[in-house]
Amino acid sequence: MKSSVITFPGSNCDRDMDVALKKFGFKNKMVWHDDNELPKSDLVVLPGGFSYGDYLRCGSMASKSKIMHSVINFAKSGGLVVGICNGFQILVETGLLPGVLLRNKYLEFICKNVFIKVGHKENPFFKNLEKNIFEFHIAHNEGNFFCTKDQLKEIEDNKQIAIYYCDKEGHIDEQFNPNGSIKNIAGILNKEKNVLGMMPHPERMIDQSLSGEDGSLFFKNLINNIK
Amino acid sequence: MLVNEKVAIEHGLKADEYKKICDLLKRTPNITELGIFSAMWNEHCSYKSSRLHLKKLPTEGKKVIQGPGENAGVIDIEDGDAIVFKIESHNHPSFIEPYQGAATGVGGIMRDVFTMGARPIANLNSIHFGSTQNKKTKNLLRGVVHGIGGYGNCMGVPTIAGQTAFDSSYNGNILVNAMTVGLVKKNKIFYSKAAGLDKPVIYVGSKTGRDGIHGASMASASFDEKIEEKKPTVQVGDPFTEKLLLEACLELMAGDSIIAIQDMGAAGLTSSSIEMASKGNLGIEINLNKVPCRESKMTPYEIMLSESQERMLIILENGKENLAKKIFDKWNLDFSIIGKTTNTKNIELFFDNKQVANIPVSTLVENSPMYDRKWKKAKLPKKNIIKKEVYNEFKIQDILKKILSNPNVCSKEWIWQQYDHTVMGDTIQKPGGDSGVVRIHGTNKAIAATVDSSASYCWAHPLTGGKQVVAESWRNLISVGATPVAVTNCLNFGSPENEDNMGEFVECVQGIGEASKYLNFPIVSGNVSFYNQTKEVGIKPTPTIGGVGLIKDYEKMVSMDFKEIDNLVLIIGKTEGHIDQSIFARVVLDEKKGPPPEINLFNEKNNGESLLNLIEKDFIKSAHDVSLGGIITAVTKMCIKGSKGIKLKKTKNLIHDITYFFAEDQGRYIIEISPKDLKEVTKILNKNSVYHEELGVIIDNKIIFNDKTNVTIDELKSYYTNWLTDYMN
Repeated sequence: MKSSVITFPGSNCDRDMDVALKKFGFKNKMVWHDDNELPKSDLVVLPGGFSYGDYLRCGSMASKSKIMHSVINFAKSGGLVVGICNGFQILVETGLLPGVLLRNKYLEFICKNVFIKVGHKENPFFKNLEKNIFEFHIAHNEGNFFCTKDQLKEIEDNKQIAIYYCDKEGHIDEQFNPNGSIKNIAGILNKEKNVLGMMPHPERMIDQSLSGEDGSLFFKNLINNIK
Repeated sequence: MLVNEKVAIEHGLKADEYKKICDLLKRTPNITELGIFSAMWNEHCSYKSSRLHLKKLPTEGKKVIQGPGENAGVIDIEDGDAIVFKIESHNHPSFIEPYQGAATGVGGIMRDVFTMGARPIANLNSIHFGSTQNKKTKNLLRGVVHGIGGYGNCMGVPTIAGQTAFDSSYNGNILVNAMTVGLVKKNKIFYSKAAGLDKPVIYVGSKTGRDGIHGASMASASFDEKIEEKKPTVQVGDPFTEKLLLEACLELMAGDSIIAIQDMGAAGLTSSSIEMASKGNLGIEINLNKVPCRESKMTPYEIMLSESQERMLIILENGKENLAKKIFDKWNLDFSIIGKTTNTKNIELFFDNKQVANIPVSTLVENSPMYDRKWKKAKLPKKNIIKKEVYNEFKIQDILKKILSNPNVCSKEWIWQQYDHTVMGDTIQKPGGDSGVVRIHGTNKAIAATVDSSASYCWAHPLTGGKQVVAESWRNLISVGATPVAVTNCLNFGSPENEDNMGEFVECVQGIGEASKYLNFPIVSGNVSFYNQTKEVGIKPTPTIGGVGLIKDYEKMVSMDFKEIDNLVLIIGKTEGHIDQSIFARVVLDEKKGPPPEINLFNEKNNGESLLNLIEKDFIKSAHDVSLGGIITAVTKMCIKGSKGIKLKKTKNLIHDITYFFAEDQGRYIIEISPKDLKEVTKILNKNSVYHEELGVIIDNKIIFNDKTNVTIDELKSYYTNWLTDYMN
């Protein structure tokens, strides 16, 4: 399986994502933001970080990068795209995903483990996962997902809410919401379910010595689903 | 502008220093030259009050590749790998403008590390604020934490450990000390020594603006009521540009184009160019019209003294200019050939085709002033006798709650949750433990790092305090299973022109030197920050020690959380009952008198090495050194982290229970072992003549003292974890 990780100026989780993808069997290539062509890929990942320093608006300048034309075409023709953290913000800025990501409710960067519950499994990213509740890691300043009432209804009806923040037992409640995100949303899909944006970083949870191994389950499942 | 003694004094120079400049040049300097002298001869850059004493510190060792004198220290961690690290202060700017001051402190120290070719793999920081009752404290703390996070998070370097302290002596002068640890291949280390004639001098990074002019001079003076006017001397950070600069520099460093490289930190283009020339015993010629400027009509004076951030000076091999330019273009950074190396041994500056400065490099460096300042020796205070009856007023659990919720002891999670501590995917011990630990990517090795200070001990007796900080750093590394390798120090003091403050400095340095020599824990880099004072009031003497240790197999790393019910808890090191200067004495009894706990270096070394030996043999399930708050505080933290409890044995000591539990005797560790290993562990400790006692046994979720009193861990946890969050919100 071939994957591509895009490096924008200011990306800083690109290396970590490369390590994770390779660990679980992807043949990964690093792709420079200023390139025109995407290499042949089964999966494209927009990694976390601070593309263009988060200046102007998180993800907005990166969304206009040269390579993003190819990424958008790839997504529109059904290719699988994942955006993690800043990658999620970029996907929202391209319009591939609905809504916006506002500053965290308490106006502070937050780095910690959180529990998330899978909203829907009828998509290539979460299909076949045995568990419903995962311990993932977040590290962001702008993860407060917001959209209009109409958009919310639409993404709920279309089963586009991929994951929610919750507690250990899977209760979705405001008290387990780290950033003020609407409905505790931690990640969403596009209508066609081939584009996923999420704030948590599964690539930081890939071995026992790190924060945990739930990230491993995500990647193992993902590569099996693509095969 | 005409230069005379009055102008020189306005630049922070003394009358006799100005006279010396005129004598050395055999003429009156022009204004640009005077600016250069004032920048090079201020305390911050010249170490004129401290050099004499710093020379006495032990800086060599088997593992030391580079000691003080370069951008950072370098140690060997085997297999061709080396660790580059340093700590630096950004105290004055952080008080004036907390966000930018702290942010650029972090940016500056990271540049020092990647200048040497190392990729930063961990950040740490030690921050000191005034009393929590002081109305400025909250905003300063918030600003500093946002600034540290804002810069480090954007760079994608994990902040893995730190220290936060509060004391009214910092009401008018906070401390922000930032440390970076980087990884480099031993054969790819870059230095700042220029070499070769007619080599191109290259400027890369951000453009030069008018920010931070005289920043280093500002950091070499005390504060007064006009402090607000100093805001323009604080630099403005741009972590995004620094991230690009990091990647571009490392890309260029992969080849063999660079002869020497130096970041533009304090005193900007002035100190970077002069240091490179001085080390290479060469001259440098610079055309200031070639320096990329952010603002129009900048004068040579302003260009030379600007402290705009994210800039580097490189001396390239001839013919590599295009290759280098291509890399910096790719990363959208400025690149300009601004001069060349010469054989004149002078720094020569040109602007609009006119020579605007011509100074022999040696006059700025070797001939810079060095002072043997007067200092007063501190007496060891007499032991403070506290009557036994005083203790009868207290219950252990009440004291414990008070200490756990003391700002200097309580959990700092509110702070470190705002720092990305997991980026780079190798953080195996997060903030909140004895040391932060990161793996050396793709290997079994890991690096442990810690920052420590003990201002109250240093204030009570500088010599003992100096030793204590080094010992504390050593213990924090050993507690996670790391072999201590070397340290960096950040020496924060009041005015060196005051005999008492200077005495504190001299004796703290002496203590640091003695301990690091005895423990074979050399000092490879550091920084001095004097004039941490407002008007006549100086801070408590605060030497901060950054320690680095190596774990050869990260599977053997130890953490402090209790692991398993029924395991035994032992204490290594003897409890004599030293209460003076303890947090119990200062906070609960409100007693400030008496000496700090004594440091017995033999016991420190023996106890520490014996514990490492037990860790190596896999006997140790958890470990934690005993520091602020004594045995009971240490044990409680281990309970809280592991969500376990402990049943403490009835103490058989001759000293009062309160003394036993809250004394801050040094050289002690709490360890957890499996009951089946007790015999073997005891045998090893006895063989090494290490004093130890059985403290108790791990149970579920409560602490039981003397068979009767018990408190739940959940209750203690709420005191420990909530205080800071409640205070900040």
